[in-house]
Amino acid sequence: MFEYAPAPESRDIVDIKPSYGLFIDGRFVDGSGTPFKTINPATEETLAEISVASPEDVDRAVKAARKAFEGWSALPGSERAKYLFRIARIIQERSRELAVLESLDNGKPIRESRDVDLPLVAAHFFYYAGWADKLEYAGLGSKPLGVAGQVIPWNFPLLMLSWKIAPALACGNTVVLKPAETTPLTALLFAEICQQAELPPGVVNIITGAGETGAAVVGHPDVNKVAFTGSTEVGKIIARTVAGTSKKVTLELGGKAANIVFEDAALDQAVEGIVNGIFFNQGHVCCAGSRLLVQESIYDDLLGALKRRLALLRLGDPLDKNTDIGAINSAEQLAKIRELSNIGAEEGAERWSPPCDLPDRGFFFPPTIFTGVAQSHRIAREEIFGPVLSVLTFRTPAEAVEKANNTPYGLSAGVWTEKASRMLWMANRLRAGVVWSNTFNRFDPASPFGGYKESGYGREGGLAGLEAYLDV
Amino acid sequence: MQEGAVTAGARHSIGLETFAPVGDAVEVSTVTSPLAEVAASNATLRAFLHGLPGVDQVGADARAAMLGTRSIKTTAKASAIDLAISMVDLTTLEGADTPGKVRAMCAKAIRPDPSDLSVPHVAAVCVYPDLVAEAKAALKGSPVKIASVATAFPSGRSSLEVKVADTALAVAAGADEIDMVIDRGAFLAGDYIKVFEEIAAIKAASGEAHLKVILETGELVTYDNVRRASWLAMLAGGDFIKTSTGKVQPAATPPVTLIMLEAVRDFLDATGRKVGVKPAGGIRTTKDAIKMLVLVNETAGDGWLSPDWFRLGASSVLNDLLMQRQKLTTGRYAGPDYFTLD
Repeated sequence: MFEYAPAPESRDIVDIKPSYGLFIDGRFVDGSGTPFKTINPATEETLAEISVASPEDVDRAVKAARKAFEGWSALPGSERAKYLFRIARIIQERSRELAVLESLDNGKPIRESRDVDLPLVAAHFFYYAGWADKLEYAGLGSKPLGVAGQVIPWNFPLLMLSWKIAPALACGNTVVLKPAETTPLTALLFAEICQQAELPPGVVNIITGAGETGAAVVGHPDVNKVAFTGSTEVGKIIARTVAGTSKKVTLELGGKAANIVFEDAALDQAVEGIVNGIFFNQGHVCCAGSRLLVQESIYDDLLGALKRRLALLRLGDPLDKNTDIGAINSAEQLAKIRELSNIGAEEGAERWSPPCDLPDRGFFFPPTIFTGVAQSHRIAREEIFGPVLSVLTFRTPAEAVEKANNTPYGLSAGVWTEKASRMLWMANRLRAGVVWSNTFNRFDPASPFGGYKESGYGREGGLAGLEAYLDV
Repeated sequence: MQEGAVTAGARHSIGLETFAPVGDAVEVSTVTSPLAEVAASNATLRAFLHGLPGVDQVGADARAAMLGTRSIKTTAKASAIDLAISMVDLTTLEGADTPGKVRAMCAKAIRPDPSDLSVPHVAAVCVYPDLVAEAKAALKGSPVKIASVATAFPSGRSSLEVKVADTALAVAAGADEIDMVIDRGAFLAGDYIKVFEEIAAIKAASGEAHLKVILETGELVTYDNVRRASWLAMLAGGDFIKTSTGKVQPAATPPVTLIMLEAVRDFLDATGRKVGVKPAGGIRTTKDAIKMLVLVNETAGDGWLSPDWFRLGASSVLNDLLMQRQKLTTGRYAGPDYFTLD
């Protein structure tokens, strides 16, 4: 047996301060709320104490952003681009530090933060830096909106920050961004990067806190644009809050994506795609392929191959370079995954996990699949947001489309077939913002991302992503 | 021609059958196996090979690249290096090969590092047929096996008679293993039964010697072809499937090795017969070799992690393995002059 010895990435590369303030107007200041602690979900150790922004602090941040907007929006696009390029390069230079910090605070494996998150973060800044002086050519005008209030989730803390901040700044807006309460650290390190890049004070403001702080950002009367990524539940509250105001809104919410495997699919790669679709980032992915739709004629072969593959997944220390599945981000999320999994078993679906030792500390959940799932089961309807896959079968392409679309969500879908005509036929019928063809969970700054139905509205990324930050 | 091929093919079955090595007449027992009828004709063979699941190139490349990021350190690295050394088929296949060159290589094969006797011997040496006798003499009494290329290596462009004779000579001279090349021209022309029958004939001519079937994946180009050729070679009785001759680039790339490992894994599931894999060509560093072991471990599984089932066809990689081994034991690198050049 070839046992891989532990290969931990050194955490000494990143210097975590005992406490962090709010980043307002280019400086770190104390928040007036009661501070809270952010922990390492793999060990439950406290990493740092985090300030909480009160509504007054939020107001100060919005005022700073408003003040900075005048100068920032008046800069030629080429000058704004210079700042964004500089930020992108600093992110690349400090990517190891950022990757370690992301894994510590979020629980995701270092392999993913190093090989997926950080390269994409830098790519987003580079991509939108390139647009800053070319906005006229996008056909959307070049008039920014003003102050953007942005609230981001805990699953891809720094990547979601880049999706929000890069296009906003490129278009000439200034921002007040609130990271999730369980994963504030990389956003706060990003604030230091803004200082390092000598970004004018107030252009980027990072404030921390929980739901009330986010509500204060969204509800602030002087915010012109609200961008939110997170749960559909909170998205609906935000939509109600901003209804009747002049605020422009983009929402990127939940999903229950279908990963559809036809009998003529490249089987080994489809198995990889299924694994990547649902076990990437512990399944904490809004576009995760959480519903596997398998053509019934290959069900046994595919399930056998999938189970064999799952037995190879390496769960454990997120900082170990060979870890495939890290920690669930919080005790609260772990409880939710457990609850829905228990419901799945109670509803009659068959639960299976490979033999898998869970660490005795931290929040971990084994990779799990449910077979014999029907559309009517809750595990086929509700977003679990964890490493849990529901397996359903279909007989014909039309039935696959019908089942895939039979959900209130519509963020993404995957199709596996070697037949190009069927691929196109499917892509035209799937009601999902992204349809992946023989792949899953692939991202690129040039490709727009967003949802149908209750998965939200507006697009982020690509040329379409500029629209959300311009007064069109 | 086609008629004859069909008739000849109909006599073959696969699985646990035995081929009696009696010249060019191939006697096949009638042991049934799940895939016995596959080689009944070119049409059935084609239907079978084209019915295998396709390989998505982007996905296969991505999987191989991801496995390439595995970090093998400390104790795992030490055991991987020793395992890799014990899997090396130390190879010289040059027009300029001489008895002296082969003797020197054999000495190194038995004792790779004269300064450290804990280093394992390599699995085999690999030479041209006319130098098998020389290697046999040099390796006398050692457990190192002798592999010989055969069948008009490396192009394979000759008649079946010549290929069979080439093989028989190598076996007669004492080769334990035969590394044959397939007829890539016939394969690319869709004449699968010709490739099948040639492999079966060489298997028969090899007698007791283990048969490694070189696919020359660099000339087959597509991953679908690699998968089909792998199955073809296994169906025809190959004991090992091998990526390349080392004379064509690209040779043993990680994704090609991955696809061949998937093939032997699936073949065992389908037939109960286990076939080995040998990537050859382009494996130069310890890192390359360890990546191969990771591919084995996470694809076919640890049942293949032995020189009986996995080989590394290489020459220069051995010194790098020795250098890294010494670095792990002593904490320092000795210069290249401390490792013998053979």
